[in-house]
Amino acid sequence: MSVIKANNIHKTYTETAVPVHALNGVTLSVEEGEFTAIVGPSGCGKTTLLNILGGLDTPTEGTVEVANTDITGMNDNQLINFRLQNIGFVFQAYNLIPVLTNKENVEFIMLLQKWPRQEREQRAMELLAQMGIADKANQRPSELSGGQQQRVAVARALASKPKFILADEPTANLDSKSTANLLDMMAQLNKEEQATFVFSTHDQRVIDKARRVITLEDGKIVADITR
Amino acid sequence: MYLTLAWRNIWRNKRRSLITIVSIAFAVLLACVMRSLQLGSYNRMIENAARFYTGYIQVHKNGYWADKTLENSFVNDTGLLAMIDRIAGVEVAVPRLESFALASYGTKTKGALVLGVEPEREDLLTRARSKVVAGAYLQAHDKAVLVAAGLANYLKLGVGDTLVLIGQGFHGANAAGVYPVKGILKFPVPTQNNQTVFLPLKEAQWFYAADNRLTSIALVVDKAKNVDRIVAGISANVDPAALEVMGWRELMPDLVQGIEIDNISGKVMLGVLYAVIGFGMFGTFLMMTAERMYEFGVMMSVGMTRLRMQFVIFLEMGLMAALAVVAGIGLSLPVLVYYHHNPIYFTGDSARAIESFGIEAAYFFSLEPSLFYNQAWAIFFMAFILGFYPLLVIQRLKPVQAMRDAL
Ligand SMILES: Nc1ncnc2c1ncn2[C@@H]1O[C@H](COP(=O)(O)OP(=O)(O)OP(=O)(O)O)[C@@H](O)[C@H]1O
Ligand SMILES: [Mg+2]
Repeated sequence: MSVIKANNIHKTYTETAVPVHALNGVTLSVEEGEFTAIVGPSGCGKTTLLNILGGLDTPTEGTVEVANTDITGMNDNQLINFRLQNIGFVFQAYNLIPVLTNKENVEFIMLLQKWPRQEREQRAMELLAQMGIADKANQRPSELSGGQQQRVAVARALASKPKFILADEPTANLDSKSTANLLDMMAQLNKEEQATFVFSTHDQRVIDKARRVITLEDGKIVADITR
Repeated sequence: MYLTLAWRNIWRNKRRSLITIVSIAFAVLLACVMRSLQLGSYNRMIENAARFYTGYIQVHKNGYWADKTLENSFVNDTGLLAMIDRIAGVEVAVPRLESFALASYGTKTKGALVLGVEPEREDLLTRARSKVVAGAYLQAHDKAVLVAAGLANYLKLGVGDTLVLIGQGFHGANAAGVYPVKGILKFPVPTQNNQTVFLPLKEAQWFYAADNRLTSIALVVDKAKNVDRIVAGISANVDPAALEVMGWRELMPDLVQGIEIDNISGKVMLGVLYAVIGFGMFGTFLMMTAERMYEFGVMMSVGMTRLRMQFVIFLEMGLMAALAVVAGIGLSLPVLVYYHHNPIYFTGDSARAIESFGIEAAYFFSLEPSLFYNQAWAIFFMAFILGFYPLLVIQRLKPVQAMRDAL
């Protein structure tokens, strides 16, 4: 079953002096359980595409269906709620709320979804353990390394079992060891929790770990390889 | 949870929040002390005048208050006093016959307010007995006077000396009398202290040739706030063409107006103080929002609604305001309670300087509850108004853009 169906997406930024055509007709679908990388040179439109797939931005043209729901026509509040219930996000850096502990950060989405406290805490601890940072549960994000912070962010994105997780260059700020580590953990969660991951990167070692690689160039898909 | 988030957000920049809270608290403290002092002095002024001199209510012949002469006196009808005594809230009715006369001793002469009083009733109103600083208090049948200390000083006379009073009585009769000084009275209000002479009522009626006549009946009431009701009660029972019944606001329009003007100037000063504090608060609120745009972007991306984020920010601002208000009132309360029970009396030159303005040389502090909660409301109201800006920022936030701009 497709969790994402994007049909002929165009995105033109018009706030700039010269209009920027960031996406020029992207059509793709992502199936449940995929572990997919979106790659391409800087400025090719990776972030723009992920933002549109995640309902953070709206396409100039084309439609996006998530879990068979068209999100292109939704208003702002509907989108926020849709994201809360269906999509997990991991950003490049500073994903976490600095005043909350790592465990509270993992609980955050579940809390917004009004999970009962006990289930919430149990799930958070379980995920932190899987990510190998259970001992840091009660520390603040600022006490963790960049790689550990990204693991907390992945745990948060995953905690409430969203339809898929979008990660825009999750390893861009990490050293090679942390990068490998995070990718291994994401791959493991992809298997164990059947979590669907779509992430962008231009790091060859990350690309190597993906099972499907979609290559963008100038806002168009130029290759789509499943291994 | 939202509360936890808000609370921790306040303390993520401890120094800034502390400075803000302390400055608001200090303003609240200052405002409370200032208002307490103002309201305290107003109460004291009203008390000095009403509680200890005019009474909260007076009954006179119609027209007397505008033209205070013996021609506007009225016959002391015993039924009238009895009727007034029966009205609920009236503690005592104090009959008086007063007019001006010349008081002289030795080579000195001065105008004096010669007040005919029933000594026992008068004491219930003005606590005159406790104001005796030399000699003894009057008795109803004495043919003697009590002289206010300032006047006695001027005339250079003491207890046992003989005071000569000369004036004009009812219907233009000559009034002249010679009275031994039985005691000296010390009044806190300088104008009273410099001109008052007490005479037993019977003797005053004889002196002014105004047999069984009164210029006023002053009332002691149980509570100042009952004044209007009691005025209405008495008015309903007297002929409005013959007698006028006045509450203290009518009796002392100058005082009331003076207080109002002073009160307004006090409020203007508070307004300026709060405006200054408001800028500080606004700055802090702005920074608390501006430096967290990326974080807001993340929170909105992952599914936190604007309303929930606004609620957290609102809590943050409300909590800061509440902390400041509690601290400010908490600090001012013990100080004000202490000084409420121990007014500050001036002595020496500064006292004389203040008294020369006709004001009692002392600071009195009020503990009126409204004085505290008005400051609380003012701060919360400001936080509420100034807090709209951060809420508006959240309302307009676009997550992708907020995160892009912040990096
Ligand atoms: N808000 C915006 N306003 C104007 N132009 C934008 C905006 N966001 C992106 N662009 C432009 O759109 C194009 C695609 O940008 P995008 O950020 O999607 O690229 P990217 O593949 O994520 O690049 P990178 O690898 O550097 O992150 C670029 O030319 C960029 O300058
Ligand atoms: Mg990008």
